[in-house]
Formats: sequence, C-alpha cells, structure tokens
Amino acid sequence: MSVDAKTVRRIAHLARIAVAEEEIEHLQGELNAILAFVEQLGEVDVANVEPMTSVIPIELKKRVDRVTDGDIAEDIVRNAPATEDHFFVVPKVVE
Amino acid sequence: MSDLTALSLAEAREGLRKREFSAVELVEAHLAAMEKARALNAYVLETPPQARAMAQAADERLGRADARPLEGIALGVKDMFATKDVRTTAGSRILGEFVPTYESSVTANLWRDGAVLLGKLNNDEFAMGSSNETSCFGPAISPWRRRGSNTALVPGGSSGGSAAAVAAHLCLGATGTDTGGSIRQPAAFTGTVGVKPTYGRCSRWGIVAFASSLDQAGPLARSVRDAALLLTSMAGHDPKDTTCVDRPVPDYEAAVGRSVRGMTIGLPQEYRVQGMAAEIERLWDEGRAWLEAAGAEVVQISLPHTRYALPAYYIVALAEASSNLARYDGVRYGMRATARDIREMYETTRAQGFGAEVRRRVLVGTYVLSAGYYDAYYLRAQKVRTLIKRDFETAFAHGVDAILAPATPSAAFGLAEKSGGDPVEMYLNDVFTVPVNLAGLPAISVPAGLSEQGLPLGLQLIGRPFDEETLFSLAEVIEQAAGRLSPERWW
Repeated sequence: MSVDAKTVRRIAHLARIAVAEEEIEHLQGELNAILAFVEQLGEVDVANVEPMTSVIPIELKKRVDRVTDGDIAEDIVRNAPATEDHFFVVPKVVE
Repeated sequence: MSDLTALSLAEAREGLRKREFSAVELVEAHLAAMEKARALNAYVLETPPQARAMAQAADERLGRADARPLEGIALGVKDMFATKDVRTTAGSRILGEFVPTYESSVTANLWRDGAVLLGKLNNDEFAMGSSNETSCFGPAISPWRRRGSNTALVPGGSSGGSAAAVAAHLCLGATGTDTGGSIRQPAAFTGTVGVKPTYGRCSRWGIVAFASSLDQAGPLARSVRDAALLLTSMAGHDPKDTTCVDRPVPDYEAAVGRSVRGMTIGLPQEYRVQGMAAEIERLWDEGRAWLEAAGAEVVQISLPHTRYALPAYYIVALAEASSNLARYDGVRYGMRATARDIREMYETTRAQGFGAEVRRRVLVGTYVLSAGYYDAYYLRAQKVRTLIKRDFETAFAHGVDAILAPATPSAAFGLAEKSGGDPVEMYLNDVFTVPVNLAGLPAISVPAGLSEQGLPLGLQLIGRPFDEETLFSLAEVIEQAAGRLSPERWW
C-alpha cells in the first residue's frame, strides 16, 4: 500500500501536525519508503496466531480503591504555558 | 591524588568506603572533566549544585560508616528520565523548559541507594534514532575516532549522550532506555557495557514514553561489574507501573565471575546476514571461542522469523509512539505556538515542536492505526511479534541458556553519514537488537574488540526472561578475554 498526497494531508490532520503544502511531496516519499519496508510482513503466515498483548505474562495488578494522592494542583499546572487559578487556559473553543 | 575519573564504579565505591577520597572530591573531578569535554555535547544540562549537595550528604553517611550500596557514586541520567526540579526535555523542543515536580522511579531508586546526579545526558528526540543526531540540542559526539582520522563519529543512539559520557569518563555510569537497541547499540559503538533488562524488570514510571510495550530502562557502564551494580539498584517492583513485575531483585554483582561451565550457548544462523562485515563475523567467532574455552557448549540454533523483526518493530513502535506523543498539545506543559484557535494551536505547536524524524514516525504511526488499516498493519505486526517470541521460546526450551550474536552490523559511522535521504537505512542499524525488545527478553552488549579502523565492536548476549544473572556471568568471560576498551583523549 502507498499513500498519495491527499492521504498525507489527512494523516497530518489526524495527527494534529501542520504540514506546509510544499512539504507534502517530500513527506509522501518518506512515508512510502517506510511503508514499502514494512510491506514484507504480508509474506508471513499468521493464520491461527494470536496477536501479542502482553510480552511478559503477568497477572494484571489491582490496587485498593482508595485515594492515595492528590491536593497537588499547584504541581500539576506548574509547567503549563497558560493557567488561571489552577485551570489550564486555551484559546476559545466554542463561540 | 591520581585522576579520580579513571576509576571504575566498583573501584570508586571501594575508595569511598576506605575514605581514600571523599564523594565531594569524586564529584569535583567529574565536574571538571565535564567542563573540558563540552565538545562532545554529552550533557545537555550539568547540575553542579545538586551534585555537590548530594555528595556532601554521601560524605556524611560515609563518615559514620552508614553507606548505602551506591553511596557517593556520580552518575549521568539520560534526559528521558523525569528528575524532580531538574529540567527534562527528552531532547525535544516541544518539552521546552519542562521541570518535573516528580522523580522517575528508576532514578529515585538510584538516589535511595546514595548515588549522585551529575547532569542530564543527550539523546535522540524522544529516543527516536540510532545516532543521537535527532536531538534538539544537536548530536552528541563519540570520544572515539578512526585511527589516524579526525572525522567526528556518532556515539550511537538513542542513549548517545550516556554512552559518550561513560566512555569519556564524564561519569561512573549512566542510565539509558532501550526500545529497539538504544542502550546496546551506543554501548557497542563506544566500547562500553549496556544492559537492556527483561521487560518489567525496571519501572517505566516517570520515563518519557516512546513505545510502551517495548521501552525498558537499563544501565551503561565501563565494566560488566559496574553495570551489574547499577542494575541491582535500578530494578525493582513499583506499584505505579502495572507492567513492572513484583519479584525479588537478585544481587547481580554476585553473578559476575560465576562459572559458565556447562552452559549451552546458541548461535542463531539467521543473524549471519547477507553482506555482513568480515570483522563482525570474526568478532562473533572469537566470542564463541572464548565462551567455549570457559567451558560453555556452543550450538547452532534457528530463529526463523528474524527477518520480520524490523518491519514488525517499526509498525508497533511507531503506532505506540503516535499514541504516546498525542499528549504534547501545548496545553499542560512544554511549548505552545501562538494561534487563532485551538486546532491551529495544536497543529502549529506540534509542527514547531517536533523534529523531522519524530514527525515522520508520528505520521506513519497515525496511518497504521487509522480506520481501515489497523488489521493490515498493527494487528498483523502483533501476530508476527508472537511468532518472533515463539522462536526464542523454542530455542530456550531446547536447553539454550543464552544466545550470542553481534550487537551491531558495523562499527560507529560518521556524523551525517546516514542521516541523509532514506530513513530506512538508519533503521537497519537495529537489525540485531530489535528482536529482543519485541520478545521482551534481557540482553547485554559487551565490548569484544576493535575494528580494522580502531573502533570498538560489541557482542550481544540474549537471555531467558529475568535471567540477567546468566548474561552478567557470560559477559564477564568476554570482558576478561577482550579486555576493556578506552578511547584516546583528544577533547
């Protein structure tokens, strides 16, 4: 499978990465090189093979349903580019 | 007093305990060496205030004979590990001046055992690279050069800063992370020892995530014993990482020097790849002979799905990366581009914040996970991963204790030599290391000799899950036979 320019634009939008129109062709070439490389997997017979979900078989750990952390609002917003009273501030989303 | 940076970690520990020198003196020697070695661009942040304060605390403990296992041992930390109140960037512009308010579990374990932080080490952006050239701080440079040449070489990647710093004696040891070879390949390129532990052996909590089902932390050091000492402290159960196993951590140092007589070592025929350099083949043969001389039995084995490991890796790793990196949105931390609305803010922030390689990988990862393609790519890759793991399980079930293979297909290459046109060419460097991550197994890269041009080459030993001890015993045999490798100082 290979991607066309339209697909590159669609992926870039899905990934929320702005791509300039003049970069599309170059990116398309790079993505197709990588996709051509992974194409070899099509040769492998994977009938009746379970997909891997956990590389080391371990029982999913459970913890007691109890609050063990919190009251650190100051820490949580400390690195944010814009905040107000422990809220993250973003450009207006709805008019 | 002789140069304290010449000591191995184990020797430094001994000297500190005997009070031959203080932890502060040890730190000062390293800070001075770091200052002289800035041309290597190994550290992206030096932290003298932290280093001195931690060393003073260590000296107090040493003074009252209350030393913890790594008391006063000066280390560098890859910039993928969150360090409390110390800037952590993952080598990316998008994290900007991010200063964590928490400490990663692995580094917390090191400080609990008395180790001292010298600074944060360079790495490929988000650990995506095999040469350290994708870092937003520019490449780290290898302290090694080809015989009779001034060409700057890469230290490998993504833990390139860690490998360069350890090889150049700018710390006694360092932390790294290994998703597809990011500890073992730079260790091989710089003549250092690197360990990728079993998946789940070390906590991933507080490490910047790249591909969560593959990422694992481990040490880089100048000797097998030093690496064993570091892993003993780094490993251990952590309730904050649900994939981190709750089983006791052995004393890995005790495995160093243990007899390997009677062990069975497998040589995978599929690793004899086409066009393999003669010197790599010779190195492999030598390693085999050393292990046989130590009493191990060597057998040929087959890992038939090896050739599919790289393509499966690039699907799984990039899919997981595209998901993990969704968090960099300019809202909660890191940089934010100015924009008119929120969508433009996301898109511009991510366009400006991510470098070319990270952008490429996020785009491919997004594509293989997108509607209609998930089964053809991601699901198939995870099935192939099952087959790759099964290959190893079959070999171990036939009595193989460990597998011996080259760590890399060649010695270190020059700066910008492979970062040009085809991204796949760089990916091929990981051909011997990625199968291990896909199968979750432990592996160690140990220096085994010099190339014709005088550059270090490494051998890799791959073990059963949670059998790092056997790897330390075998690697010690290779280290004893090959000797330790050290670059000549030019910086």
